[in-house]
Order: sequence, then C-alpha cells, then structure tokens
Amino acid sequence: MSQSASKMSPRAQARYNAMAAAARRQRRLQAMLPWLVIIGMFAIWEIGCIVFKVPVFILPAPHDIYAAALRWWQPLLQDSLVTLYSTMMGFGLAIVAGLLLGIAIGSSTLVYKGLYPLLIAFNSIPKVAVVPVLIIWFGIGVWPAVITAFLISFFPIVVNVATGIATVEPELKDVLRALGARPRDIILKVGLPRAMPYFFASLKIAVTVAFVGAIIAESVAPNAGIGRLMMVASSRFDVPLVFAGLLTTGMMGIVLYWIAEVIERRTTGWATRNSDQNLATGG
Amino acid sequence: MTRPFVEIDQVAMRYGGVDGTLALEGCSMNINQGEFVAVVGPSGCGKSTLMRLVTGLWPATEGNVVVAGQEVDGPLTIAGMAFQAPTLLPWRRILSNVMLPLEVTPQHRNKLGRDRALYEARARELLRLVGPEGFDNKYPYQLSGGMQQRTSLCRALIHDPALLMLDEPFSALDVFTREDLWAVLQNVWMAKKPTVVLVTHDLREAVYLADRVLVMSARPGRIIAERVNPLPRPRTLETTYTAEFQDLVHDLRGYIAAARSGEEVAA
Repeated sequence: MSQSASKMSPRAQARYNAMAAAARRQRRLQAMLPWLVIIGMFAIWEIGCIVFKVPVFILPAPHDIYAAALRWWQPLLQDSLVTLYSTMMGFGLAIVAGLLLGIAIGSSTLVYKGLYPLLIAFNSIPKVAVVPVLIIWFGIGVWPAVITAFLISFFPIVVNVATGIATVEPELKDVLRALGARPRDIILKVGLPRAMPYFFASLKIAVTVAFVGAIIAESVAPNAGIGRLMMVASSRFDVPLVFAGLLTTGMMGIVLYWIAEVIERRTTGWATRNSDQNLATGG
Repeated sequence: MTRPFVEIDQVAMRYGGVDGTLALEGCSMNINQGEFVAVVGPSGCGKSTLMRLVTGLWPATEGNVVVAGQEVDGPLTIAGMAFQAPTLLPWRRILSNVMLPLEVTPQHRNKLGRDRALYEARARELLRLVGPEGFDNKYPYQLSGGMQQRTSLCRALIHDPALLMLDEPFSALDVFTREDLWAVLQNVWMAKKPTVVLVTHDLREAVYLADRVLVMSARPGRIIAERVNPLPRPRTLETTYTAEFQDLVHDLRGYIAAARSGEEVAA
C-alpha cells in the first residue's frame, strides 16, 4: 500500500485497482443499506395494509400517515420542537452531571462503594412513576419533561465514564505516579481521554432514551410536545396522526444519534480505527 | 566510599493483610549511582514488587528503602519506568506520548509551556537515538510492537531520570528486535549514566547489559547471589559468544535452577 503506483508492475497495479474498486463498492453498499432497509420496510407495510385491508384506525398505511403529517405539519413541527427542546435540556444536564459523577465514581473507590447501590436503586425506578411527583413539585410545564429526560439518560453516562476511568492500566498509573503525578494529573491526562470512547458510546444510548423520558412526561402531563400531540390524536382516534408523531420522534432520534456519532468519530477516531480507512488513505 | 544511591535493607512485602501472600522477605541490596544492575529470578519471585517498593509506589511492610539519601515514603518524582507492555496512550501521537512525563513531573511541568520548542527538540533527538525515527506524528497503533516498545523506552528516558526502572521491557519482543534494543539501551546508559534497575527473565540480556547481576530466590524473594560482570563495554553481539559471557550465563542459570528447586521443596 505504501508503494507508489508508478513502481508497481502492471499486473500488481491491476490487482490493486480491483481491490480498491471492491472496497469502494463495499463502502457504497454499506452507505446505501440503511436507506434500502427503511424503504423496504415502508413498502412491505404499505403492501400489507392494502392486501389485508387493514382498517386505518388499527394500522394506517404509510400513505395515510404521510397525508396526516402533511395536513397537520404545523402542530407536528411545533410540538416536535418543544419535545426536542425538553430532550436536549435534560440530555445536556445529564451530560454535565453524568460526567462529574462518573469521574468521581471512577476515580474513588470510596465514592463508588458509597453511591453505586443508591444509583442502581434509582435507575430501577420506572420513570413514568416519578412524573406525577415532578408535576406536584414543578407544576405542568416544560420542567417535568426536562427532568424525566435527565433522569433516564443520566445513568448510562455515569456508568460508562466511571468504567473508562476505573479501568486505566495499573502500569500506566505507575509510570505517571513514579514521575510525581498527582491524582488529578492522572485523571486529566489518562483517565478522561481514555473514558471518551465509553462516554460517546453512552451518549448514543442516552440521547435516544432521553426522548423516551421527555415523551413519557409529556404524555402523563399533557402540556405541549409530541407526547401530548399523540395523546390528543389518539383520544380522537386519529391513528394516522399518532403514527406521524411516532415516526417524527424516530427521525429526531436518528438525527441526534447521528450527530453523536459524528462527534465521536471526530474526537475518538483512535479507538474505532479499522483497516478499511488504512486502505483508503494508502497508509 | 560514597553512599549507595539505592539502599534496600531487610525489606519485606506482604499483600492483603496478615495472612496475605509474602512476596519479599529479608531482601537487601545496594545500588551505586550510575550503576546498571539486573535482577533475575524464577517467575513470581517478587521482582516487580521490588520495582514498586524502590519507586515508592507501594510502601514496604517491613524494612527501609533509601534512595539518594532519603527514606522513601511516597512515590519518587525522579524515576523513569518501562514495562513489558508499552502502555502508550492511543489518543496521542508518538512525539506527544514521549513528552508525557514532562507534563507531570515537578522538575519540568512548569517549564514545558515556555520552552516547548527546546523540549520537543530533545524528544526528537531521543527518538532518533532510540527509535522509532520518522514516526513522530503517527499514532501508536500504526507502529509495530518493537517500535511501540522503543517509544515506551523514550518516554522513560525523556526527563533524564536519575533512576531508570525497567520491568522486563523487552520480553514481549522478538529476539532480533530485543538484541537491537540491548545495544540502544547500552548506548543511552553509557552516554547519560543513569542508575538502572533491570528486571528480566533473560539471563543473556542481564549479562549483556548489567554491571552486576542479582539473583532472587523463589517467593518470598530475597537476594541469594550476586555476580559482578567484568566484561568490557561497549558489549556487542560478538561478546555474547565469548567464553566469559557464556560462563557467566551458565553460572547464573545454576543459581536460578537452585532457586527453583528450593521453591519446589518449600511447596
């Protein structure tokens, strides 16, 4: 690979070109595959609904959902933005709190032993049961959704950051400590960078469950947001609109997941390197 | 006669409480400033424990460790260490990996910002001497195991440590790379004369590199034999085929065999 093309024999050149072309085809297929799967799913759905004459109020066909989305695009957009806002607020809080607590738990056995059981107990509580309490405390509004999103997305971040920091190789710690490094140095220079791949892996989980949290809260305490929109629509038996809401949520989830992944690739490429990239860059 | 640089006096180390494993017992040795000492012994004899006691990473259960005239009661700040695994930071490029010690050690951390160019030149010089040269901007995973281990050695040397602790640094490498690195390490030592403690399983390595070879018993480890190595420097691969070299290795092999059979009697 490191050889320049001019030095290769024609035969080697042809073989190399064929390999590069195969790799390109493979990459193109990988890029297209998700779209093909999604289109395929909608196609089967549409055909199934038509063939089996499924009533619209049981399972609307994609074209019904599309029509409902077109008709109600304004409230759909507004409520999506409200939900997006609550989700991102809760998610942002979860990142800050999760990072801080994760660092504390990962770098101190004492904090770990003390807090972990409580954290697990807390995470086991169904968040839908907490929403009424939040409504009593904060009233109906944006806060119950923000806090539910926070509560539900906080735990995976804490666990992953703590794992990344707690699993620093003992030899590496020895190298640094024998140089007079302070515990803070070890966390900043080694623990945190090392925890970053874990952190981003957790962000991808956390951002999707944060949506779940926000929408749960919006459905229990209907004030605004896509959760409320779906509650109202289902009470009117407007099932296509309910599905339009579901699909919108799914799309927002994909977009946020994708953003998290792009940031992950940019910042922690060292952890997810593969031979594929090497071939592409000739390195 | 000046005071030895490292004095270890009747040191014992027990892990995990009163009933824990006794790794070292009655272990004593002195190492002079600028001396290259190798410690060999059967596996599991507490050689790595010894390293951690000398650098103050762990406190000894009994006895005293004195380095540079000071009793060791916490981690030293003057030691460079390298291990069997390179333990490089995968998110840092090679140059930045080598410079890591400068960012944490008290002697340099405050000067690094001001004199970065100077320090970088120093790191590049070291990389040229030890290798890998020309990989400054690569990431560790782009290098072979031998190159990574060279980098790890550079990291241990970058701050000109007064004490260099090497815990089987070459044991994961192939024979040819290993022999290359013996020569490199000998060059560095001859140029800068740090005090070196090399823990190894490889008797040829010990005899090639060290001024003095200490043999440890099976666990609980203590020093059971000591051989001064009179072979002239610089030693080369040719040296390893001489009769004197072979005799030394052979003698040491005898001590190890005795230590190992002792282990079986005890067990």
